[in-house]
Amino acid sequence: MGYRFTAAAFNQLLESLREKYRVYAPTLLKGKGKFSDTDLVGYAEISKIEDVVFNQKSYFSPKETFYPVTQRLFYFNENGFSESVVDEKGMIVFLRACDIQAVERLDKIMLENGPSADYYYERLRNKLKMIVMDCQESFDSCFCVSMGTNKTENYSASVRLENGVYLSDVKEDIEGLFAFHGETIEVSPKFVESNKQSVKVPENLVLESVAANPIWEEYGSRCIACGRCTVVCPSCSCYTMQDIFYDDNPKCGERRRVWASCQIDGFTDMAGGHSFRRNNGERMRFKVMHKIKDFKQRFGVHMCVGCGRCDNACPEYISLAHCIDRLGKEEAENRG
Amino acid sequence: MTINTKKVMKNAWRITKDRNLTCLRLRVPGGHLPVKLLPLIQEIAERFGNGEVHLTTRQGFEIPAIPFEHMKEINVLLVPFLEELEVNIGVLLEQPAQGYPAAGTRNVVACIGNKVCTNAVFDTTALAKDIEKIIYPNNPHVKIAVTGCPNDCVKVHMHDIGIIGQVEPLYDAQRCINCQACVKNCAKVSTGALSIVNYKVKRDASRCIGCGECVLKCPTGAWTRGGQYYRVVVMGRTGKKNPRLAAPFLEWAEREAVLRLCNNLYDYIDKHIDCSLPKEHVGYILDRTGYPVFREEMLKGVELGPKAKTANYLDFAGYTYDKKCLFD
Ligand code: HEM
Ligand code: SF4
Ligand code: SF4
Ligand code: SF4
Ligand code: SF4
Ligand code: SF4
Repeated sequence: MGYRFTAAAFNQLLESLREKYRVYAPTLLKGKGKFSDTDLVGYAEISKIEDVVFNQKSYFSPKETFYPVTQRLFYFNENGFSESVVDEKGMIVFLRACDIQAVERLDKIMLENGPSADYYYERLRNKLKMIVMDCQESFDSCFCVSMGTNKTENYSASVRLENGVYLSDVKEDIEGLFAFHGETIEVSPKFVESNKQSVKVPENLVLESVAANPIWEEYGSRCIACGRCTVVCPSCSCYTMQDIFYDDNPKCGERRRVWASCQIDGFTDMAGGHSFRRNNGERMRFKVMHKIKDFKQRFGVHMCVGCGRCDNACPEYISLAHCIDRLGKEEAENRG
Repeated sequence: MTINTKKVMKNAWRITKDRNLTCLRLRVPGGHLPVKLLPLIQEIAERFGNGEVHLTTRQGFEIPAIPFEHMKEINVLLVPFLEELEVNIGVLLEQPAQGYPAAGTRNVVACIGNKVCTNAVFDTTALAKDIEKIIYPNNPHVKIAVTGCPNDCVKVHMHDIGIIGQVEPLYDAQRCINCQACVKNCAKVSTGALSIVNYKVKRDASRCIGCGECVLKCPTGAWTRGGQYYRVVVMGRTGKKNPRLAAPFLEWAEREAVLRLCNNLYDYIDKHIDCSLPKEHVGYILDRTGYPVFREEMLKGVELGPKAKTANYLDFAGYTYDKKCLFD
């Protein structure tokens, strides 16, 4: 079912939705860019549709809304523990087609990998409803078409701004509110069919020959192991645990789970001080293999969804898209 | 030939080693120049000078080898330059067609700031222009400089008033992944103000100098930029007696306070200058009055803001040229 909204009507819709949901979208965070007097497009709760940034890609991905950077799991004392409580409200998140595909990747690792689902992920994930923002044109770093992630059917509603009105295709209305506030009209969401760059994705990388490839030495000399490429990534799922014993009473404390990154020091540290992948080139290789080989081997789809955020974030101008393309072209050449 | 050297110099023309020739000094507040003014510099140098222009240490131009008789004519040609760089930013010039009305107070210099530099905490040129508006035209020999961060690329430590940008870093513990990039970097390139406590970061505000390195290094945006403030260093100098680095006077001062301070400097000079000398440099006035008097008069009517701190004493580093002490 399709609907048309004036800005005022969409804002009434938001107001009604916000009674039971927190609504998150990419917004312009004033002065929050890393350089002085610069802004950042990032996720924040919204109350007005005008606050949503449609014409830029968010720097950070939407995953922080339902998979928080720091999450308190439970609190403990000498007698036992009590689980953290999550917000009663549901979550509605505005995101792109590639981002929705990335949520599906996170679901695979968090819910389908192993005998039981990740409880703490699941309890927030179950509250999530997705509103896909149409991509009317591709941004500079996108390569979703090459990754086959430029489209999605997996959304409650779509939204795009066209000639001053908001157009939605609704697959699963939320409490009938879209129908209540909107005016019925035929709508189908728009997804890009081509990007400014296309990437040759390798089909069957062989670990031994990839490991011997000299490109990792080159990347190793450029990469500073800052981890930006992974923290901005919508499909990176790694986390670590932190047990805190409160200063004033070390018998009480809490367990937190916090994002981690294979690019950052400490990721592979083990008892006895042993550590794999000390070298930045090896870390880059591991990340690339995870993104375009290992994950697919296990789950049948590539982990990377081609959103290009890692390219935008890398301070050393390392482009994953370019790296994938290099590997893909080398593979094709070798096959003759 | 008869000329009044004092008037000529006040009009930003130099007395030079060639008795017949002068040299025109152009000021560029904040060191940023719209290129549409370059043809005028070229025209003056080609028509009246020797076709050359010197780039000064104070981010101005000097057009050499101009016969004194052309001063009046060139002053008229300079109107667009003065309009664009002085009048348009709010400097009051009563007769722009007569050239620069004063030359004692020097051009306010600035590093390129956040127009380009990733480290810069603020727009240095904009502040330099606001300062120019307050202090120009004026005769006392005063040098002011503005720099975007504590790297001090423009060397404000060699100035009477040096202004260094500071940013208050804001920490969102929720976003921190304990990568320690900020902690390691602050210790390595700055002051070691950060440490890890329970996997999260603590900032020792008394050590932090507001360089913003932590914000630049943080991958998750746990550190972001809060308010913009300024560290003010004073009375640095070169010269034949006692070169020294400017000493910290204020930190975490607000913009309005900095502007007010520049204004107060002139009242202080006015009150204490030794008029028996042809000119007296303000640093030597401070040497005579002492810091408490300086501090009181500089801070008169200044709202420092809640975060500002004032130095207990001026911690100068320098030396005297006097060879008797050093070499004999
Ligand atoms: C040199 C000796 C050791 C090596 C090479 C080693 C290696 C490893 C590796 C590779 C993992 C998996 C890490 C991961 O999945 O993130 C692991 C996990 C673990 N190891 Fe060891 N280990 C060693 C010694 C020990 C010892 C002595 C203990 C206990 C006394 C221990 C307890 C654990 C535990 C509890 C985990 C699970 C931690 C978690 O899931 O976060 N390990 N170890
Ligand atoms: S393009 Fe980069 S940020 Fe986007 S999904 Fe792929 S690896 Fe992650
Ligand atoms: S291993 Fe690295 S690339 Fe893979 S999900 Fe974890 S952080 Fe991302
Ligand atoms: S963002 Fe760039 S420099 Fe940083 S870890 Fe990733 S590839 Fe390396
Ligand atoms: S602003 Fe500079 S000195 Fe202060 S904590 Fe950050 S890096 Fe350290
Ligand atoms: S750089 Fe950012 S994420 Fe890393 S420890 Fe510092 S505040 Fe935390």
